[in-house]
Parts: sequence; C-alpha cells; structure tokens
Amino acid sequence: MAFIPHTPEDVAQMLATIGVASLEQLFDEIPAGLAIGSLSGVPEALNEMQIGRLMGERAQLDGRALCFIGAGAYEHHIPAAVWAIATRGEYYSAYTPYQAEASQGTLQTIYEFQTMIASLAGLAVANASLYDGASAFAESCLMAVRMNRKSRSKRILAARSVHPHYRRVARATAGHQGLKLEELAYDARSGRTSLAALAAHDGEDITAVAIQHPNFFGVLEDVDALASWARARGIPVIGIVNPTSLALIKPPGEWAGGADIAVGEGQPLGVPLASGGPYFGFMATRMEHVRQMPGRIVGRTLDAQGHPGFTLTLQAREQHIRRGKATSNICTNQGLAVTAATIYMSLMGPRGLARVAAACHARTHELAAALTRLNGVSAVFDAPYFHECVLRLDRPVAPVLAALASRGIQGGFDLAAEYPELGHALSVCATETKTAADIERYAAALADALRAARAA
Amino acid sequence: MSHIPSDLKYTKTHEWLRQLPDGQLEVGITDHAQEQLGDLVFVEVPEAGRTLAVGEAYAVVESVKAASDVYSPLAGVITAVNGALKDSPELINQDPFGQGWLVRIKPASGAAGELMSADDYARLIVAEGE
Repeated sequence: MAFIPHTPEDVAQMLATIGVASLEQLFDEIPAGLAIGSLSGVPEALNEMQIGRLMGERAQLDGRALCFIGAGAYEHHIPAAVWAIATRGEYYSAYTPYQAEASQGTLQTIYEFQTMIASLAGLAVANASLYDGASAFAESCLMAVRMNRKSRSKRILAARSVHPHYRRVARATAGHQGLKLEELAYDARSGRTSLAALAAHDGEDITAVAIQHPNFFGVLEDVDALASWARARGIPVIGIVNPTSLALIKPPGEWAGGADIAVGEGQPLGVPLASGGPYFGFMATRMEHVRQMPGRIVGRTLDAQGHPGFTLTLQAREQHIRRGKATSNICTNQGLAVTAATIYMSLMGPRGLARVAAACHARTHELAAALTRLNGVSAVFDAPYFHECVLRLDRPVAPVLAALASRGIQGGFDLAAEYPELGHALSVCATETKTAADIERYAAALADALRAARAA
Repeated sequence: MSHIPSDLKYTKTHEWLRQLPDGQLEVGITDHAQEQLGDLVFVEVPEAGRTLAVGEAYAVVESVKAASDVYSPLAGVITAVNGALKDSPELINQDPFGQGWLVRIKPASGAAGELMSADDYARLIVAEGE
C-alpha cells in the first residue's frame, strides 16, 4: 500500500487551487533560522542491494554470542509459528487502524491479548499495550497520581530494586509533571526491599508505592508485607512484573491487599532480542481505576442485530476526545509485537508458560551453582530468586565481560554504574534456551578469564 | 426548548446555581447541557473540602459521545458532593436541577463570578443555536 497517494499532478493541481506556488511556500510560517536545511548526519540513500549488504554486515558484527544477560530483556525460544502468523498480511501493521471497528480481526486479537494479560496479572482489565516496560511504569506513576486524589504530594516511593532504566524513564516522563520519585532501600543481605524502609514513611502523604517482583536483582520481594502495608494506609500499589514469572508466582492482583496497577515489559512473550526493540509494555488494573488508565481498550459487545463484535471502548479517556486532559498524550501501543505475544501465549497456554518459567528458574540456579564454585565468585544475596542472580567477582567486572565477549559469550550485566554499593557485581541470567553444555562453557570461560586476570 | 427554572442563576458554560438558606450554593449542569451531551455514563466528582477558584474545572461529565469539564462559577470550598452520581450518572439526564446536583459550595467572601438570570441564559442558548 502506498502511503503517499498523491501524484505530482495531484500536488500541482492542489497548489494551483489554493494559489500557492510551491510546497515549500506552505511552510513559510516557520522562521528560516529554525529550519535545518540539510541533515548532515544522514547519509545518501542506498538501493535495496546496497542496504541488504550493509545490514548483513552489521548483523554479523553482533555475532551469535551465547547470551547470559537478563536485566530487562530475555532470550526465550519463540516457536516458528509465532512470527509466521504475525507477519501475515492481515496482521502486519504496527498500529491499531484508525477506522478500528472496520478491522474486527485486529480488535479481537487485542481483546484476547488484554484478556490474557489481565488473567496473568490477576487484575480485572488490561489495555491494548504501551510502548515498552519503562514507559508503562512511567504511565503507571502518572495514573497513580490521578487515582489517588487524597494525596497532594505526588510522591512515588519506588524501590531501589526497580529496574534503574525504568526509574530514569519515569523521572524523564513524569518528573516534568511535578512527580517526585523517591527511593526505598533494599536489604544488603537479601536484596529485598525492606519493610522498615517503607515503614519509615508512616504518616506521610505518599501517592503510590512501586515494587518490582522479581526485582532487578532477580530476587523475589516480600510483596505481601510491602503491599499490605501500603494498602492498609490507602496508598495505591504499582507492581512491576515479568510476564513469564507470572505463570508460576503469585500475580499482583493476589498480593496481600492486592496491587492497584500491574505493568511490565512484554518482550519475553515471543518478541526477539533486537538491539533493544521494538518491545511492548503492558498494563492492567482494577476495574475501579479503569477510567484513569491510559491507552486504548478494546471491548466485546453486541451489534444492532445481536451479533457479538469488538469495539474500542472508554474512549473519553483518550486524546482524540479529551485532548490535553487525556489520560496520556504520548502513549502508543505496539500492535505487531502484541500480535506476536498473543500468538505466543495461545501456543504456550498456561501450562507451557509455567514450564518455560520453571526451566528458566532451574537453569539460572544451575548457572549460579556452577559459577560460584569458581575461585573469586560468590553470590551477593541470600533470598530466593527467579531467573536472574547477582554474583560478586574479586575484581572489576568490565574487563572480565570483555574477555568473555572475545570468546563469544555475553556474560551478564555489569552493575557497577547503577549499583556501585555492591562492589564488583554482575547480574546473570539463564533462560530455557541454555543447556548444561552452555553453562559448562560459560563456567570454563569465566574460570579462564579470572585466572588470566589474576596472572596479569 | 429545554427547561430553565426562573429561580436559579446560570453561567455561560451551562452550569446552574441555587442559593440555599444557609448561604451555601448548590451547583449542577443545566437541562440544555445534559441534552447536548446525551446519555451520561460516568461522572467524576471532586473530593469534599477542595478549594475552588472561579473558572476552575472540578468535575467531568462523560456521555457516550463526549466528555466535558464542569467549571466552578465562583470561588469557595466544596462542602458536599452528590455521591449518588457515582453509581447513577443518569440522574443528571433525568433531573438536572434536582437529584442531578453535583456539589455544594461555601462561597468565599465577595466570590461571585459572572452569573446570568434565567432569561439571559435562555437568550444565550438561542444565540448559540443560531
């Protein structure tokens, strides 16, 4: 489909009709000083053959490393059927169509997606997705301010164990709207957010509490204690969750007192790792808060003849109706990634997803056991974890990771920049895609790298 | 022509005000406003105790086809909120000047904004329709 339907004749005719000499003249209102003129950073156009070759060479630079990095993006097996179906012409569009109800199949796919997410989160209603996990968290902070009208402070207590990138995106997005993100400390032994850190705020005007479970370290938080403390004081709880883990662990809707909003990164559900995106965020909430939720929502209804059909609903929250007062003016959904996720979840089913989660959990424990047997490697935290684990090395992490990379192994995420208090700390992850042989290979390479570093 | 009780005051943004014996004012949206909006499905009411400035948006009425802000006709403090609207927004469609009231406001001294009589409001509706 051509997205620029006008021929040069059409353009000339339109310009003649309105009495304008050139297209450029339509932009005369923009002061010349603000016009860029040329884009020096953008190279000349390439043809298909040239771009194909360039991209092939770029892809080769990435290599096919054995990846043990988690930290928010996870390598999972994606059944071939997922993208074979998602890339069919009927589905292959990034957006919900502007004449949404004309595309009943698209709307039904989104409706099924929402149902699956709501069911995973243990909450009543989910939206059609958001841009990514970090922006979903930022939107959840803004939503909490709208929900909690008794609170005037716009203070969100976010655990330090929440993904640091998510907290940064929330600050960038919501900070300009007067939101203050304050940190809750974690316990140095367990890696869990301590209830004492939260309880220190008793009696203060708090707008919401945000907890990630499993947290950025992979550690399972004491969500019942944290959520029930907040809920008992009428403070909304935001749960940041990994969708794979929800097949096994208690969903946010069932935390003691119940979370009010669940958000997270949808990438683990059938979306490949691809230099950081495109991914998608998800969001679910209780029905009582649905009018404060951003993003599109598809509902099931009956048409005039009594036939079931799908329609966008609760649209008065959205920018085409509420303009500047919409629940969000920057949220977007990720139709294509969501289509893949919906197919992935329906192929896996609840039991399949639980098997994936259990396999990830087991592999990561095997990995941690194999690595901590090495001289100079120890576990940092003693609390139970899901499919990520923080290890401490006896020397700086970055050179060790570089040595591993030269042997085709992405060894993990260096925590030095984000969590300097942890010393030489490294976050590792092994999903169901890793075999016992992969883990042995990593352990042997790490032993070599550490030995070489010690000798140097 | 919609109903316009003569004992009330009105605003250009289609709110009405009723003087209560204790000096407070009861406020809602007019019959004309609810007709324009159509069937209401949700009303977002403020918290009692909130202080309002003249012209401040303090409530939202949402119908099947639109959502509109409701503006405060005067400065003051909200003393009561019609809690029945939470479950029955249709009260505004059925009885906009009675059971469909939105809030009661204790006016700040010298707080009256620009208000219209029923006759002036009737002329405004006619003018807007032209």
